[in-house]
Amino acid sequence: MSLLLARLRSFALSLAILPLVLAASPLSAHDYKLGDLKIDHPWSRATPGGAKVAGGFMKITNNGKESDRLIGGTLVTAGIVEIHEMAMEGNVMKMRALAQGLEIKPGQSVELKPGGFHVMFLDLKSPLKEGESVKGTLVFQRAGTLEVEFKIEARGASGGHDHGHNHNGGHKH
Amino acid sequence: MNALKIVRLTAWAAIGIITVALLYVLLNPVDREQGTGVASIGGPFRLADHDGQIVTDAFLRGKPYALFFGFTHCPDVCPTSMLEITNDLNALGNAAKDFRVYFVTVDPARDTAALLKEYTGSFDSRIIGLVPKDDAELANIARLYRAIYRKVDTPSGYTMDHTASIYLMDAQGQFFGTLDSRETPGVRQAKLKRLLERR
Repeated sequence: MSLLLARLRSFALSLAILPLVLAASPLSAHDYKLGDLKIDHPWSRATPGGAKVAGGFMKITNNGKESDRLIGGTLVTAGIVEIHEMAMEGNVMKMRALAQGLEIKPGQSVELKPGGFHVMFLDLKSPLKEGESVKGTLVFQRAGTLEVEFKIEARGASGGHDHGHNHNGGHKH
Repeated sequence: MNALKIVRLTAWAAIGIITVALLYVLLNPVDREQGTGVASIGGPFRLADHDGQIVTDAFLRGKPYALFFGFTHCPDVCPTSMLEITNDLNALGNAAKDFRVYFVTVDPARDTAALLKEYTGSFDSRIIGLVPKDDAELANIARLYRAIYRKVDTPSGYTMDHTASIYLMDAQGQFFGTLDSRETPGVRQAKLKRLLERR
């Protein structure tokens, strides 16, 4: 009996410590490097029932001396991937494919986020589910191809909740 | 009283009357416009819902409702708006239990009734898909609501530009206002509450 209690106590203790251990892990665990590019936290959102599309988001920083362009990519569950820009004109949502890709100038960071630039996943073969990680690639004109995992967050997520800068409150920042 | 004085008094009286009349006209533009009714958004329509039931403006009389133009191949605005209004209706609790949000697809070529039912149902059963059977039905309801939609080519197919506001209509079928993603949940819920309380 006392052995059981002791075990329970140590189990409870380890449960209590767990959040501390998690909190101590690096904030930017989910980032990638490719040449002079740093790709921070590729993520997407859980898709509604029947939806065949989703947006992919991340922050790309170019630490090099030359400009580069995100020109494409893949996602294992998507038939097609394009680079798009969304913008609101008054109350009208407009979306355009970026034929030349998305430029990341030397010394600059570009954030792909809801309401703006995104990687457009089309022809999804299966829904994206919150909590999953889905493998894919990002293709840059100069730096080449990078294998990444897109973390699938909640519907309506603004991104970055397991990550350095947290945007609380809604999907706008 | 001499003639000059009479002329002067008459002139002052005339100036006074004109000033009052001008002030009345300038200060009461809203009163004068009320005679023409509320902004003309809404009107007679007839569309099949995602179960094949016919929904008309007459059927909706007596019930306030919301209406949104969107499509399921929409990565951001449509799911976000539907998630927000689901959260807003849930926050209003029992008062919103019979409220309906109509999701009119601007992409009937790809959005079948079955697909729209699955899509809207994954948010809330109070969101009902409406499926125009052809371009004329879609053009008619978009014109009534002054909504914009436009097909735009992409490398692999097409996407749709569209008005992203949620229209709020009162129990008389009159335009009440809009909900917008750029508003806070508090602002949106206060509008919905006022709409639900208005009879």
